[in-house]
Amino acid sequence: MSTASLVRHQVRYDGKTYWRSPSTIFFAFVLPIMFLIIFVTVFGNQRMELADGQLVSGATYYLPGIVALGLIQTTFTNLAVSLTASRERGLLKRLRTTPLPTWIFMAGRIITSAAAAILLVVVLVAIGRVIYGVAVPTTTIAAGLLALIVGTFTFSALAFAVSTAIPSQDAALPIMNAITLPLYFISGIFIPQELIPDGVREVAQVFPVKRLYDAFLTVFDPATTGAGIELTDLGIVAGWGLVATIVGTTAFRWAPRTD
Amino acid sequence: MNAVITIDGLRKSYGQREAVRGIDLEVHAGEIFAFLGPNGAGKTTTVEILEGYRDPTAGQVWVLGADPARADRDWRSRIGVMLQSWQVEPALTVRESLEQFAGYYPRPLPVEEVVRLVGLEEQRDTRAGRLSGGQQRRLDMGIALVGDPELLFLDEPTTGFDPAARRGAWQIIASLRDAGKTVMLTTHYLDEAQALADRVAILVDGRIMTHGPPDSLVAGHPTRITFQLPHGVALPPLPLPGRLDAEAADGRVELRSHAPVPLVHALTAWAMENGHDLADLQVRRPSLEDVYLDLTSTPRAQS
Repeated sequence: MSTASLVRHQVRYDGKTYWRSPSTIFFAFVLPIMFLIIFVTVFGNQRMELADGQLVSGATYYLPGIVALGLIQTTFTNLAVSLTASRERGLLKRLRTTPLPTWIFMAGRIITSAAAAILLVVVLVAIGRVIYGVAVPTTTIAAGLLALIVGTFTFSALAFAVSTAIPSQDAALPIMNAITLPLYFISGIFIPQELIPDGVREVAQVFPVKRLYDAFLTVFDPATTGAGIELTDLGIVAGWGLVATIVGTTAFRWAPRTD
Repeated sequence: MNAVITIDGLRKSYGQREAVRGIDLEVHAGEIFAFLGPNGAGKTTTVEILEGYRDPTAGQVWVLGADPARADRDWRSRIGVMLQSWQVEPALTVRESLEQFAGYYPRPLPVEEVVRLVGLEEQRDTRAGRLSGGQQRRLDMGIALVGDPELLFLDEPTTGFDPAARRGAWQIIASLRDAGKTVMLTTHYLDEAQALADRVAILVDGRIMTHGPPDSLVAGHPTRITFQLPHGVALPPLPLPGRLDAEAADGRVELRSHAPVPLVHALTAWAMENGHDLADLQVRRPSLEDVYLDLTSTPRAQS
């Protein structure tokens, strides 16, 4: 098999596994869609003020946040949980004595979750457009794709890095939620940013969740002029990804913890 | 004969604990070699070094002409592995799992053939998560075979099998030898080793206590003659050719002899003359179990 067809082969079976897991579909797919609908319903679709003073509808405010959340749920939370499960069930150990190269295994997992993330973003944007009349980005579409790529890279790498520290399959989801939920809150994904104290917002600026959110906010903000690429935000997101890649590749474990 | 596996002065320590304390061994092409031993004897550690999972602390191993810890993809395509504990992806069906692994190898066996070989035709479209323990193990064996490897490592391959499935698995393993493959088997079922292995090594405390074909290991051991002695009757003086050990407990007598025929003759003649009934009389030729129990019950005395 050529390298390309081996990658396709791996993605095919990873994809089957992915879409057959009810908890994967719920946490990575149903939950973000529910959040979008709940937030807009609960907080209303009335005018809200962005950091640049622009007034936008509630849905336009929440959609970029949920897009960031959805991407993080699929590429970070789910990937880390599935990697931990694969390690603890001995699948990673078993694969090591097959001719499958390590990088193709990793590529398979990343491509599968990236594909799910892209599909989710399309669904979210479509819901935003059809139900809430949120404008689909046009001039900023390249910026949106760039944020998607950088975000997928970083959060996938973070998933590999964090999974090395997760001790067991049972602990995986609680640990991932303990990391992501506080960051969603302080980054203004669940609550309007103006309600968050300045000090907390400063803390949030350090982490890639808020930075990715801000990059998507610019993409969806109707007042954005030009390409809308937030280089500083995406640079910080990518920086986290590089550090995570180093940690993930040096600390990566094949064998179960009990081994 | 070609050595497929060569183990030379192998030692492995985990901190202060020495799991493997100097093993030398050759496994030849086309044979089924069995590692026997109690839990913690160092079987799995040794096999995992041969599979490339662990580095030796001292000594060297060569598997298919390469150092397993530094072997490449081509080497990995020539081995098949059945691990003691790993779970096949529960969401994939039997056929999908086999197809997935088949895709990793340059010259895999047809998946349908493997499904038949491990007897999972009925379950081919069942998800692995819904298979019974024994069926999962058979799928695992199928995954080890699907790449058509030259050398197979089977770690406790029939654990959790019912008797019929065990016989089936033995047939598969024996057919592998007929196909010219080399099999490194670890097991704690002595009948399994006796039925399958061309050669056996008994491992105790990280050392090989004895090794050779099962029949030759058994050869030096006495036949056991057991019977129930009637209450209040003492054993007569018997003609004792060869070595004889007698043990009596609760009226149950066990004699061990290297020349059982004259002994049984004298014993039954005595019983007939005196009108005693030797209830539950059994004459049992030595098995691997006797060798094994002798070695493992007194490991210190042997070392």
